Amino acid sequence: MAQLKSSSDLVKVRKQVLSRRAKKRRISVNASGTCGLAYSSDKVCQALAAEIEKQGLSDKVELTATGCLGFCENSPIVIIFPEEIAYFQVKPSDVAEIVSETLVNNRVVDRLLYKDAKGKKIVNAGDVPFYKNQSRIVFGNNRLIDPREIDDYIALGGYSALAKALGEMSPEDVMDEVKKSNVRGRGGGGFPAGAKWETSRNAPGKIKYVIVNADEGDPGAYMDRAVLEGNPHSVLEGLVIGAYAVGSHEGYIYVRQEYPLAVDNLTTAIEQAREYGLLGKNILGSKFNFDVTIHCGAGAFVSGESSALMTAIEGKVGEPRPKYIRTAVSGVRERPSVLNNVETWANIPLIIERGAKWFTKIGTEKSKGTKIFSLVGKVNNTGLVEVPMGTTLRTIIFDIGGGIREGKRFKAVQTGGPSGGVIPESMLDLPVDFDELTKAGSMMGSGGMIVMDEDNCMVDVARYFLDFLADESCGKCVPCREGIRQMLFVLNRICEGKGKKGDIDLLEELSDVLSDASLCALGQTAANPVLSTIRYFRDEYEAHINEKRCSAGVCKDLLSYYILPDKCQACQICLRECPVDAISGGKNLVHVIDQKKCTKCGTCIEVCPARFSAVVKISGEPVPKAPPQGTEVIRSKAAK
Amino acid sequence: MKQVDRIIDSYHNDKNALIQILLQIQKENRWLSPAVIQRLSQKLGVPTNQIYNIATFYKAFSLKPRGRHSVSVCLGTACHVRGAPRLVDRVKEVLEVEPGETTADMKFSLETVNCLGCCALGPVMMVDDEYYGNPAPTEIKKLIESCD
Amino acid sequence: MSKAKKVTLTINGKDVTATEGMTLVEAAKEVGISIPTLCYHEKLAPYGACRICTVEISRGGRTRLVTACVYPVEEGLAVKTDTPEVKKIRKTILELMLASAPTSKTIKEMAREYGVSKARFQAEKTNCILCGLCVRYCHEVKGANAIGFVGRGIKRRVVFIPEIATTVCASCRECFSLCPTAKLSSETDGVYFDGLTLDNYLDVR
Repeated sequence: MAQLKSSSDLVKVRKQVLSRRAKKRRISVNASGTCGLAYSSDKVCQALAAEIEKQGLSDKVELTATGCLGFCENSPIVIIFPEEIAYFQVKPSDVAEIVSETLVNNRVVDRLLYKDAKGKKIVNAGDVPFYKNQSRIVFGNNRLIDPREIDDYIALGGYSALAKALGEMSPEDVMDEVKKSNVRGRGGGGFPAGAKWETSRNAPGKIKYVIVNADEGDPGAYMDRAVLEGNPHSVLEGLVIGAYAVGSHEGYIYVRQEYPLAVDNLTTAIEQAREYGLLGKNILGSKFNFDVTIHCGAGAFVSGESSALMTAIEGKVGEPRPKYIRTAVSGVRERPSVLNNVETWANIPLIIERGAKWFTKIGTEKSKGTKIFSLVGKVNNTGLVEVPMGTTLRTIIFDIGGGIREGKRFKAVQTGGPSGGVIPESMLDLPVDFDELTKAGSMMGSGGMIVMDEDNCMVDVARYFLDFLADESCGKCVPCREGIRQMLFVLNRICEGKGKKGDIDLLEELSDVLSDASLCALGQTAANPVLSTIRYFRDEYEAHINEKRCSAGVCKDLLSYYILPDKCQACQICLRECPVDAISGGKNLVHVIDQKKCTKCGTCIEVCPARFSAVVKISGEPVPKAPPQGTEVIRSKAAK
Repeated sequence: MKQVDRIIDSYHNDKNALIQILLQIQKENRWLSPAVIQRLSQKLGVPTNQIYNIATFYKAFSLKPRGRHSVSVCLGTACHVRGAPRLVDRVKEVLEVEPGETTADMKFSLETVNCLGCCALGPVMMVDDEYYGNPAPTEIKKLIESCD
Repeated sequence: MSKAKKVTLTINGKDVTATEGMTLVEAAKEVGISIPTLCYHEKLAPYGACRICTVEISRGGRTRLVTACVYPVEEGLAVKTDTPEVKKIRKTILELMLASAPTSKTIKEMAREYGVSKARFQAEKTNCILCGLCVRYCHEVKGANAIGFVGRGIKRRVVFIPEIATTVCASCRECFSLCPTAKLSSETDGVYFDGLTLDNYLDVR
């Protein structure tokens, strides 16, 4: 690849790529992303490559192995252009038919189409309800890009924003545009990116750094990974533009080591960008120099906090520093450092290309643009969803997410990761917006949206998060480390049936010292999951404490398993499967669980055939007396 | 120590790259031995207490040898609400070790991790580089037995 | 050497003229106001771990809580070192410390000052509040690095590095007198470090 020495070189290359591909028909399969690979999309991709060659179509068809396409629940996904015919849950055995029928004969393979709730088959990706209700301005391009092919990105207009910035705008112009767009950090802080950039630009010192935070530690959030794996150049382009505005020539991309494919795809992207001269010296002939280094995390959630991350880049233990001296002024090696999240950087090329005015038309008054959410948990359409800020939770969970799995009832949605909180059913019409979510006792966070149903216990959820933080806190300061330790003791006690009067007050009291006196945001927000579950589900806490009852049937120590004598059909499956031989019974005899031996593992309720449903969980009430030994089963009509 | 020296040289003896160097050594050796830590301390001029701090602060590192195969169960929030604790119990029963431990024959190390980013498959278990969604006890047993 | 810039602020209503770069703890000391500290030591870089020195600061209508050992003096700052809120925070922090170090004279005395009569919390009795004075002193003043932090979160501990400690500690032991819980002097003689090394941490973990 020859170096691009000017923006007209870039335009030339783009034209060449487009004309090379003009006569080819594109077919995409999500085989370059971790979640696609988890569904064996790579095998589908290999099958496609082989079949295309076999049918002599190699010069007529362009096969693109893309990153994540968002609708993860239905992987592997194949999209055929230009119509964007979408096939879901494709198997290698479907490939021959796809090639012959659709690519060659322009006929749709019915059984691979998406079927909506009414059974109607949908042909075009854009009409699938999951995609229709989204606004995929950042994420949408994934379907047209093989992350290991920079030409794919260029063909879409990639790097033209950079060319515009370097060629037609001054660093101040770029800064102004970003400030006017009001884009706020998508990593959780929601701080206006433009203001942060300006602080660094104005800070003393010639050496400044720009950094991509790709640590993505919130469990259940994986949109940054999907952007990095699927469209790494969008982040690189944003980073170079930002560097130009700030006056930085050196950048870092801090990627968690749990994302090896993102590191790979990013490494390839950087190498290819360098070959084209889009990184390095004299970018596009502008005399601006900039290059970037990848730095891997090593498995610590707290190191995703901006000051901790910068300390880790220095090769030290990634512990947060007190934020009295802002990292934008004194960061890595005490130099001004701008740190922004992957998604924030990915928005920059769009803002420069289409203008701040266009960007501000999307979203709410104080939260502009779109946000990518990872919609996960008890929802039907698990995946990555991009919507304009201001979209309601109801739209996201029900219209896009398809509602709750297995026909269960929605209970709450958790946002903001371990720093966030739960939002109950009564507030489903809340628009997603930085400030609205904070007012409700949660926060936007990095965009994780964990949907929970009637089978999830809110006290257990609070305990889960504290357990997570007890391990992930750096442990340096007393309020956080010891506060979390004591709160976890209390929550464990409550879940074990040893809750006492005054426990809720104690939790609230400890929350105060955590929020007021902790050194960093991890400690300051650690109490949020507890406070928000108390706020909206206090009755569950009280039931656990006063009645020893877990109505969701989760907290083992508050449960008893019981076989209903009038439903048991003596199939003996539970008797055989019980790992501690706690079930007695025999042919035609009602089975009985010995409560003293029972370890509450839940195997019996899992294996009891659905048509009998004879095993129930009891909580907060005494277990009924066992039927006398030798009681015979009552044969039900269903069993005959 | 040739291997350690080679890795240190590839990072130009830069102490800022300490974590990156340790990651590579961990990947190749499956643990960080006292001898390796001594060598790093000498060559990079970083005191051993700082290296031990890093090695015990970050989950990626192990100061005891890890097994040939890694079995990880995701404890991310999405997997948790879909029953990850139950999956951990099932895997513990098959491997007969606790998370953080290695089987006596050095074949398997069991870890719990905080999010694999495959929430659609949840609850997720990884064996080396392969992902499995909500595997049944019999499936777990088969997978473990098929590893050499 | 250029003249250091002067900064004026108030602490508990008292006017203070401090030098730029001073921390609130140092500025307070100049006017005879003592802010309680545990992990602070004048020979060591401020650490901000115990949070006992938390104070309330206001400027331009904005009030917040910061640790005085780290926060630099600012022109026009109004500092209050003993508001009810601040006292409550110190009380809870001391109670939390007592859980791990119930027999420490220093902590018990300070706790009594803040109205703690009974130990409310329980924890493993490590007799260590992880203030880091020993680790930081050995690193910054002695340059020996014979002792260090290991682990993270609630499992964070301080351990000796035997290869170094067995050669230097016996003739030094200067960190012993810094330890607020007297753990060091009660659990080692500087020659033997049973129960206090990395191997102990790894086994117990």
